[in-house]
Amino acid sequence: MFRSTSKALLKLASRPSTRTVSSSSRSLSSPTPANLAANAKAAVVSPTPTVATSSLLKNTREDALWTPGLLWRDEEAVQVGAPPPDAPHLVEADLQPVEAGGRETTKMNMYSAIRDAMSITLRKDTQSMVFGEDVFFGGVFRCTMGLADEFGQERVFNTPLTEQGIAGFGIGLAAMGKTAVAELQFADYIFPAFDQIVNEAAKYRYRSGGMFNVGSLTFRSPCSAVGHGGLYHSQSPEAFFLQASGLKVVVPRSPIQAKGLLLAAIRDPNPVLFLEPKILYRSAVEQVPTGDYQLPLSSAEVLQEGTDLTIVSYGPPLYTIEGALHLLKNPTEDIQSLIPEDLRHLSVELIDLRTIAPYDIETVVKSVNKTGRCVVVHEASKTGGVGSELAAEVQERCFLRLEAPVGRITGWDTPFGLAYEKFYLPDQLRILDSIIETMRY
Amino acid sequence: MLPRTLARSLKREQPCATPLRFATAFSTSSIARLSPLTSVSHSPVFIDKVHEGTIPAFRVLDGEGKLLPDVPAEWREKVQAIPDEVLVKMYRTQAFLPLMDTILSSSQRQGRISFYMTSYGEEGAVVGSAAAWEPNDEVFAQYREVGVLLWRDYPLSSLMAQVFSSVNDEATKGRQMPIHYGSSKHHFHTISSPLGTQIPQGAGAAYALKSTPGRENNCVVVYMGEGATSEGDFHAGLNMASVLGGPSIFFVRNNGFAISTPAAQQYHGDGIAARGPGYGIETVRVDGNDPIAVYLACVEARKRAVEGQKPILIEAMSYRVGHHSTSDDSNAYRSAAAVDSIKKLDSPIFRLRRYLESLPTPLWSTELEESTKAEQRKAIMVEFSKAEKTKKPALAEMFGDVYGGKELERPLKEQKKELKRLIEKWGHSELWKKDLEKFDGGKEAVSRW
Ligand SMILES: Cc1ncc(C[n+]2csc(CCOP(=O)(O)OP(=O)(O)O)c2C)c(N)n1
Ligand SMILES: [Mg+2]
Repeated sequence: MFRSTSKALLKLASRPSTRTVSSSSRSLSSPTPANLAANAKAAVVSPTPTVATSSLLKNTREDALWTPGLLWRDEEAVQVGAPPPDAPHLVEADLQPVEAGGRETTKMNMYSAIRDAMSITLRKDTQSMVFGEDVFFGGVFRCTMGLADEFGQERVFNTPLTEQGIAGFGIGLAAMGKTAVAELQFADYIFPAFDQIVNEAAKYRYRSGGMFNVGSLTFRSPCSAVGHGGLYHSQSPEAFFLQASGLKVVVPRSPIQAKGLLLAAIRDPNPVLFLEPKILYRSAVEQVPTGDYQLPLSSAEVLQEGTDLTIVSYGPPLYTIEGALHLLKNPTEDIQSLIPEDLRHLSVELIDLRTIAPYDIETVVKSVNKTGRCVVVHEASKTGGVGSELAAEVQERCFLRLEAPVGRITGWDTPFGLAYEKFYLPDQLRILDSIIETMRY
Repeated sequence: MLPRTLARSLKREQPCATPLRFATAFSTSSIARLSPLTSVSHSPVFIDKVHEGTIPAFRVLDGEGKLLPDVPAEWREKVQAIPDEVLVKMYRTQAFLPLMDTILSSSQRQGRISFYMTSYGEEGAVVGSAAAWEPNDEVFAQYREVGVLLWRDYPLSSLMAQVFSSVNDEATKGRQMPIHYGSSKHHFHTISSPLGTQIPQGAGAAYALKSTPGRENNCVVVYMGEGATSEGDFHAGLNMASVLGGPSIFFVRNNGFAISTPAAQQYHGDGIAARGPGYGIETVRVDGNDPIAVYLACVEARKRAVEGQKPILIEAMSYRVGHHSTSDDSNAYRSAAAVDSIKKLDSPIFRLRRYLESLPTPLWSTELEESTKAEQRKAIMVEFSKAEKTKKPALAEMFGDVYGGKELERPLKEQKKELKRLIEKWGHSELWKKDLEKFDGGKEAVSRW
């Protein structure tokens, strides 16, 4: 699944080297789920993938460079809102060996990739600053390690312990033309800043008739479950911000994504809330392009094409879904009887929403119009969640194509209880069950 | 006082009054009440302090536990009047903390509990203050104040139950991370991780006490770290307490750090104590490593708070000897040598021990020290092992207490039913079987939902 073949490269070799390469041509040449399933039958069943073994993560330089939508920013200096130069997409020369002038990648986990994005920002945008609680020594999740040494403590600094202060301070910096990257130590502690984010940052432009704006402001905040966080170190508060028009909300799934999306978020002419699933900081490792690149905001990514069912998610549940799909094809003995034979070769389209607001409905609608069935998975509670919003849009736009209600597999409508995490979060079995229910409807 | 309408019209009509007019306006007593100026100057006076020099820290014992010669007679007598049983209990409770902390923090490293925070270095501030409160004074703590619960004889079994999320965890029913203790019986409101939130809550609780029959002689005690005083809730809480009144004590543990952030990057000015007068709140600073000074300052503060039905601010100067928590490695931002030298130079436990040993009739000895330590360690291990072997609460507790009322609210009722269906269908699978067994009653309990 999701693996490349060398066909695409062969095709590429015949192209003029300056030509922009469309990455979709490559993903089209990926094996289809049907032939994968056929392979699976013949081969020994591999263990259920985890984040560590996920094929969603790109382990080779070639795979990394083929990341869809990747946009190089090779300029010496990049300011917020500056349009990229011409033809910044992947070209054949990029894929040459590094010694021959090809693009470099290096193995990074997600916190290093995020650090890399901030380092590039501090280097290329002299107006930029990075700050927050404990940022100076490197941050409690190591995302700002070494940045103060490299760029000085005028630009990379600790703030007093006040989220409303940090958010308001960032707004002030941005309103004066600075590029502000504010860290809110945990998404669980974003609520003291809620007023500044929702009433101030989001509305700064609208309320001043466009005269003022804080588009150069980005909030970074670690979110979601880690296995032992309980009530206040596990929350996924993205849905609280869905109604803050003027604010964008992004959740990356991997190191490559985090770096490219964070650089895009920082440079986007709007305030962005960038929620970083903290369980992925260390566990998700990829070959990451070392250069400056961006990935598009408000653009969902199809991670696997399929024709029978659409699954939409973002962040860590994508890996749980990958595991569930593996179980669907290769059920372990204990659950074999519960998984109908005819569903084992199900062709599933998996979509990573990436930007939660404003989100890419077209990609979802196109998919559901093809499959007729849709399930949304997220960690946050069900009521008023991103799943509710997507379900409403999908039923409105795909009503006549739908063959089953849109499923929502989410955390329950309770606070996040420590001891109950295993049965609170959508896990592989809950996802598997919803696939069966949706297909059997 | 000027009638309101007149005051308003005065403001409206003279938005850009000349300096002379201002002066005239200020000189009328009625306006002065609206804008409480007590004096005027004829050249601008800029100030950055309300106290000459730095606010002194109250201290009675030196680093060796000797009563300082400069302590005035009145306070010397107060030190000497502290009942023996208070002193001994204070010492025993203080000494208990590092024993428990060491066992629990190393058990976290072994993966037996998920998280822990120690009180290392702050035993004197926490236990010294706890001893000054009435057992039913309402405590709103931050998290590093388990010493208050120990002082109030909170059972060790309950403590361990919370830390292990066992079925006996009455404090949080397995819902919160370790060290989030709470007990209504012990008037200790359950710890909440978001910092500073307890500060205005304490102000409200103090206001409530004013009109709660039978609680006339109680007060509210709010604990917080110096880091948390940077939160907006600190300002909100102290200002409200000051304006609205109610017997309350705001006890700041200034241990020099908020995770990696040193106090010098947390605030400028003369610490947290300097803020008190700005709110019109009587304030005292105390040497937090001197348990006797902490105790006496708190007794006095409590008296003033209850008699005056008003807030008092206490800043206890101490040092966080341990890492912030088990998730932290403080070597990344401060030198181990600096910590060691503080540990050697100044320990609140050592100071109190020396003091007790030096009394005319010594209250402590090496033999007592040895036997107490052995007995305390044994008690901890017994409860530790019991809790570790105990099941987690029933899975149903995941849905409990979200709302009050006999019945679950509709969404929860539906979702619980859905989980029951899922468990009945998939509960035998390898992915769930073992985890289900960890909960009280296991899968069978779920089938009875
Ligand atoms: C609102 C909020 N922001 C951030 C945090 C993360 N955090 C937990 S403890 C802590 C430092 C607190 O320092 P201090 O108040 O001085 O207490 P100490 O740990 O020194 O006892 C921080 C930043 C939090 N719990 N709540
Ligand atoms: Mg502190």
